[in-house]
Amino acid sequence: MKIRDIKDILKAKIYTGEECYDKQIQGVFASDLMSDVLTTEFFEDKSILVSGLNNPQVIRTAEMLDIDAVLLVRGKVPTEETIAMAKDNEMVLMSTNYNMYNACGILYSKGIKGLSNEKNKVL
Amino acid sequence: MKKIKCYNYKIDKNDFVNAGKVSSEIKKNLKKIGFTNRIIRRIAVISYEGEMNIIIHSEGGEIDFEIYEDKIILKINDKGPGIDDVNLAMTEGYSTAPSEIRELGFGAGMGLPNINNCSDNFNITSSKNGTKIESTICLE
Repeated sequence: MKIRDIKDILKAKIYTGEECYDKQIQGVFASDLMSDVLTTEFFEDKSILVSGLNNPQVIRTAEMLDIDAVLLVRGKVPTEETIAMAKDNEMVLMSTNYNMYNACGILYSKGIKGLSNEKNKVL
Repeated sequence: MKKIKCYNYKIDKNDFVNAGKVSSEIKKNLKKIGFTNRIIRRIAVISYEGEMNIIIHSEGGEIDFEIYEDKIILKINDKGPGIDDVNLAMTEGYSTAPSEIRELGFGAGMGLPNINNCSDNFNITSSKNGTKIESTICLE
């Protein structure tokens, strides 16, 4: 699924990275705990991080793992600092009014599966 | 084995504004050199967790980053106050971080286990004078 489609189905507002609209997304990780995200070293290109954490560390974490896009939930408005960091890293930053459960549920129902490391792999 | 390159980064305690900057720089340097994405991601996780640990828990410290022909070594050293029980600190989920750190998205008790999981070799020693972590990633 393209970032453009994710934006549409989640009625998300895009803050950075409009030039990446046509990038394909294949996997999702959702967490407010950045160290939980950092347990998953198996991110490949084409992934999105869904989080309720609205501070620059969410972008830093995504940067470390080559995550293409960050989706904030519950309509959170990113700070200027967070937006600037996302821009610097050529990362898509968007926000949806859906809560995390519903946002993930919608993405899952459209065929995008969760990312996990080998140890925590769920069938 | 010959050391090819060596970098040193100082990290201040409680420097949340710059948290992650060192790891970002390390990652960009590795990309320029041309390591695989998988290796770079592992090193980035080690460095970022180490950097956050220094900022959150210590009186300040530094990361030495050494590139050899066959491996990369990260030395993450701080000036104390040290970890009371290293074995406990290595347990996933154990954390002494205060609630304001959790609000930043850290303090889940996964920092040291994440560093360990991403390393091919991992060593940690700690005293009240400081904690020393040496993490090795093999390139072959």
